[in-house]
Amino acid sequence: MPWVLWVPAALALALVVLPVAGLLVRTDLRRVPGLIVSDASLTALRLSLETAAVSTLACIVLGVPLAVVLARSAVPGIRVLRAVVLLPLVLPPVVGGLALLYLLGRKGFLGYLLGVTAGVQVPFTTAAVIIAQTFVAMPFLVVSLEGALRSGGERYERIASTLGARPWTVFRRVTLPLLLPALGSGAVLSFARALGEFGATITFAGSLEGVTRTLPLAVYTEAEVDVDSAVALALLLIVVAIVVIAVARPRALEGTAR
Amino acid sequence: MRKLGALLAAATLLITACGSSSGGTGTKTLTVFAAASLTESFTALKAQFESAHPGTQVRFNFAGSSALVQQLTNGARADVFASADQANMDKAGQAGVLDGAPSVFATNVLTIAVAPGNPKGVAGFADLATRGLTVVVCAPQVPCGSATQKVEQKTGVTLRPASEEQDVKQVLNKVQTGDADAGLVYVTDAASAAGKVARVDFPEAAQAVNSYPIAVVKNASEAGRAKEWVDFVLGQQGRAELQKAGFGAP
Repeated sequence: MPWVLWVPAALALALVVLPVAGLLVRTDLRRVPGLIVSDASLTALRLSLETAAVSTLACIVLGVPLAVVLARSAVPGIRVLRAVVLLPLVLPPVVGGLALLYLLGRKGFLGYLLGVTAGVQVPFTTAAVIIAQTFVAMPFLVVSLEGALRSGGERYERIASTLGARPWTVFRRVTLPLLLPALGSGAVLSFARALGEFGATITFAGSLEGVTRTLPLAVYTEAEVDVDSAVALALLLIVVAIVVIAVARPRALEGTAR
Repeated sequence: MRKLGALLAAATLLITACGSSSGGTGTKTLTVFAAASLTESFTALKAQFESAHPGTQVRFNFAGSSALVQQLTNGARADVFASADQANMDKAGQAGVLDGAPSVFATNVLTIAVAPGNPKGVAGFADLATRGLTVVVCAPQVPCGSATQKVEQKTGVTLRPASEEQDVKQVLNKVQTGDADAGLVYVTDAASAAGKVARVDFPEAAQAVNSYPIAVVKNASEAGRAKEWVDFVLGQQGRAELQKAGFGAP
């Protein structure tokens, strides 16, 4: 490795580490536990963990088949489809929230249908939070899986089918096991992204304690009155995110290392 | 080594480019930090002020009042600060970023925003507690939310909002998209969305009048002009423009 790479690498690292360090330096760490253990922040933390877990599950259930279809099918226009799938990665989250509102809001076409036929209103519910999180997090899962699918495995699948395995058996016994390591890291990424989701949630789901006010929204609300307590909540979010990534990521990496 | 030099040069260029955004010579730039709800009226006043003071350019930073206070206390350069409530102006005062005492230049009261034609027949504040009505309000942490809370306390009517939004425009948006049946917003916001929402005024709103103070910022680079802007907003032209937007007299 050329040593010159150290300079931009150090700058890049500083760009991530220094702001967080700045947050720590400005915080009165002795006050943090007291600020975090309020009912409002614990409620927000629980809501965040629960919704992020459910949306990660949704990402897996929906994203795995999608990644397989994107990587394996030869339908014309699949490249356009792939670009569309990645759209939530580049869309400003607020735009994502508006898009969801225009689809599932009371006057959106699906939302209107749901309201008229089933009396269901999606915005302002915990379900809306999960939908928003799934919307922004799923591309992370699909990208990780698709990469893994493309970098290998097609040969095994072809051999399995020449040996007489039906498509469903091939998917279950060959494709899925090949995907497991990537699935692990993809799921962690999705979970982390869902945990940090803010813009789409506040636009589409609103902000109400215990129902839709997740930790990032609680940080924003708290910042209006007490910056110290907002920073304390932000630290909580950072700690949770680091724990999640540190606990789950190495295992996923070991898997890919074969 | 030459590559390293180029890299470092690029990095320093990047850093300095990010650091120095101001500049310009000749004209004097007056920087006004103002609450988001003042966007329309202050923008209208800008043209009048600039033509009255040739060589002066007014530049705005519109945002939530508490965000502006945070920017000011963290060293943002500004000449004037106009807040949407007394609490945030007090915060700025306590942080020592103000020069002199603030003066109140406008007032605002709440109103109920509903869909055009008022399809749900909302007639007053008490109606908002009706079951099956989706009501959206501001979070108690922001000025419009604390005003809402005050009205609830005075009337004894407890709302069960579907959401507590971060700012009044978000409340207005949710009424406009039809996802909320009713929202509590300021008279001025309802006026700015005339045609898209209808207004249901209620007498209890008078219990929570919100005042807008304005002050010159300490160490303003254009202190003289800043004082003139404050006087201009407090004066007749300012009054007329603010009245047009629905603000009450101080």
